[in-house]
Amino acid sequence: MEAGRATAPRNRLAVAGARSTTEAMLRNQPRGDVIRNAVFAGLLLLAVAIALAGLLALVIQAFAKGSSALSLNLITNPPSTAFPEKAGYRPAIIGSLQLIAGVMLFVVPVGIGAALYLEEYADSSRWWNRLIEVNIQNLAAVPSIIYGILGLAFIVRGPLDLGFILAAGSLTLALLVLPMVIIASREALRAVPDSIRQGSLALGATQWQTIRTQVLPASIPGIATGVILAVSRALGETAPLLLVGATVFVTFDPTPFGTDGYSAMPVQIFNYALRPQEEFQALAAAGILVMLVVLLAMNSFAIWLRNRYEQRW
Amino acid sequence: MLKEQTPKISVRPEFQQAAAPQIKEKVFELNGIEVLYGGVSAVKDISMEIGHKEVTALIGPSGCGKSTLLRCLNRMNDLIPTAEVQGELLYHGEDLYGPNVDPVQVRKLIGMVFQKPNPFPKSIYDNVAFGPRVLGRKDGLDETVEKALRGAALWDEVKDRLKDNAFGLSGGQQQRLCIARCIAVEPDVILMDEPCSALDPISTGKIEDLMIELKEQYSIVIVTHNMQQAARVSDRTAFLMVELDAEEHNRWGRLVEYDATEKVFTNPSDKRTEDYVSGKVG
Repeated sequence: MEAGRATAPRNRLAVAGARSTTEAMLRNQPRGDVIRNAVFAGLLLLAVAIALAGLLALVIQAFAKGSSALSLNLITNPPSTAFPEKAGYRPAIIGSLQLIAGVMLFVVPVGIGAALYLEEYADSSRWWNRLIEVNIQNLAAVPSIIYGILGLAFIVRGPLDLGFILAAGSLTLALLVLPMVIIASREALRAVPDSIRQGSLALGATQWQTIRTQVLPASIPGIATGVILAVSRALGETAPLLLVGATVFVTFDPTPFGTDGYSAMPVQIFNYALRPQEEFQALAAAGILVMLVVLLAMNSFAIWLRNRYEQRW
Repeated sequence: MLKEQTPKISVRPEFQQAAAPQIKEKVFELNGIEVLYGGVSAVKDISMEIGHKEVTALIGPSGCGKSTLLRCLNRMNDLIPTAEVQGELLYHGEDLYGPNVDPVQVRKLIGMVFQKPNPFPKSIYDNVAFGPRVLGRKDGLDETVEKALRGAALWDEVKDRLKDNAFGLSGGQQQRLCIARCIAVEPDVILMDEPCSALDPISTGKIEDLMIELKEQYSIVIVTHNMQQAARVSDRTAFLMVELDAEEHNRWGRLVEYDATEKVFTNPSDKRTEDYVSGKVG
């Protein structure tokens, strides 16, 4: 009792001292660290801001200039040099839709086929398979104008000799985005674990049955995402189309094999933007808005598709 | 780590092959099997007979080639381009690696359950129905699925949610689903590659009970790290051990002892088996 009363204040003092020491240790971060942290975070934020500023500037600029031309005419009317207030993008939109339909028709079977061969069948220890792989990686980085020249030489003229028709443009764009589709499809196939393939094969399924019933269904979301992103790239391409005959001024609805010429959205925007008149400038800006909305919608759909259906293992 | 723990055994030309125990009806007969990966041996000189409608356990330390040996039996090693199997492997007297043998047909008769449960990303029903479907057996699929799930002691737990995704099952249920999937194609042999290594003790117990039931109908070969498990479920046990060449560059698995499980665990004839099963090494 006696001893307890005597030691109590001393104990309290000791406890308080220990506590304040701990508090001090927890609280005091060296000043330099605080500043460095803040500077680093600020720099990262700046990088994000620069990336966003470009897009934002484009949207604001296009909206400011093009809002006056935003109307249904944009979609329903053909271009006109005489009446800019009535002019629209109708043939270009129809041309673009046909172009990307053709791209998908070509790129889906060929791209998935190539990816399946490389992932499921090719023996990567063989030099020719490795050569193919490296080349596909490189092809994805080749400038699009080169594909335009290729299309001109081999598809429009040369061996295929299709002439300046929409289908030739489609084929050229398909070749341009094919490596993207192959790479994305291979990623998707690789994401399917080997244990699934082995489980299927161990039940007496053939390799083709395994691919058809297990590997492909599980990788379709990833493949579809890759295809959509590739198609949205094809939709925005201008340079190769100029070489393979997307004539800049078309006032009628194009057909896939029509020889009278065809146009596409970016080409038509380019054409309007070249004209000095205020009205055409506004039309070009409005066209940019339409394209932005379409591309954004496609890319968002791709992201949604991936998040919604992607298989987690 | 692994190399440190494994006792080193030098090559002896007069190496005594373990004597085969009495087997009434044999399903496999291995004569001097050697498996090579890229020209390097993984297991060597394996000669043994595996009994029909028995549980045969393969035990031994890591890297002794138990799984490699197991994968020979249904030609899963064919999927590895660099793998090569030498020696003679008879299945009911037929050469399993004969020129006219299709590995796909082999795997219909000799099913496999893997270390990690690998259900397909489909419904429970579709998982079990997958095998019969790819084999073109589409009549009475519902009955087949129910029978297989009952056979794997899973029916009561899943009968109300057959359309649910198999990924929603627990690990133990998933593994029993994989067993159900395997027996749905009515194989002759079931190979199990450490089927309980990813499971908790209760799930493990269920699968062990299941194995004892399944051997009424199927021949089972199981690879296990768990010696108690081998002792509990198997009729015969084969003990494999790592062997090193004189320069200690290459290592491969070799059959040390193969006998009735009781004998291997209570009265092994080889000192190394005794050390391993009593827990002195490994």
